[in-house]
Amino acid sequence: MPSVQRLVLDVLKPHQPNALEFARAIAALGESYRVDIQVIEVDEQTETLRVAIEGDGLDFERISDSISEIGASLHSIDEVSVVGK
Amino acid sequence: MVCRNPSAAAIKLKQIKILLEISHSGEIMRRYFVVNGFDGALTMLGLIMGFYVSNRVDLAVVITTCLATALALGMSGISSAYISEAAERRRTLAQLEKAMVTSLDESHHARAVIWIPWLVALVNGIAPLLIALIIIAPLWLARSGMVLAPGPLPTAMAVALLIIFLLGVFLGRVGGTFWLWSGLQSLAVALVTVGLIYLLA
Repeated sequence: MPSVQRLVLDVLKPHQPNALEFARAIAALGESYRVDIQVIEVDEQTETLRVAIEGDGLDFERISDSISEIGASLHSIDEVSVVGK
Repeated sequence: MVCRNPSAAAIKLKQIKILLEISHSGEIMRRYFVVNGFDGALTMLGLIMGFYVSNRVDLAVVITTCLATALALGMSGISSAYISEAAERRRTLAQLEKAMVTSLDESHHARAVIWIPWLVALVNGIAPLLIALIIIAPLWLARSGMVLAPGPLPTAMAVALLIIFLLGVFLGRVGGTFWLWSGLQSLAVALVTVGLIYLLA
């Protein structure tokens, strides 16, 4: 089964929780997850993030659910890296 | 090794911590605790001082009146804080949803709208109730037979003054000012109140 190794997501989120807490919440989903966040734009109530997630067998559904739970909105999947197994 | 299966209580505590962080409610609750705690202490001090200067009021009447007032303060604190906090939280969520152009129903932010007003209301109500009960404690002890050298009412007033001083000290530490000065400021307010009641009587 193909395994997702890397995802780059365009995410809009409220200021709280901050980018560090956001990264921690995503990274906590898997032991091999590595999360890099770049804040692209900051508005009065929201900020746009470029979220790069790397790991062995990324679970997109869980990542997406976690993003929603944090109160953020997944706008697009900008990059994907998948390995066939 | 990191535990991957924390207990249900630990998960609940973590969720409450998240809700407090995203809603900035820790500071609000601290403020409510001090403000309403001060209200409770000063109200009890005023009541007891009123009874003291009235002379020969039965201790049972004093206790019942103070207890009823404490309960009323508690209920008032809970209901007023819940109504205002719930309205504020709903407004904030609506503004955030407008900015996000999406519903946040499944998010921590929506959960905060439900739970945070209750937490804030409980703190707001429990603070005056708890402080009032501590101040009334010497009256109960005296009624149950314990001999208090200065008398039950002066002892209760001394407890009230001590609590007011400690609330001032706490505020001083929060605000980063000299704790003794802040405590004395609060104490001065209480002493002025006592003086005014004495003059009135």
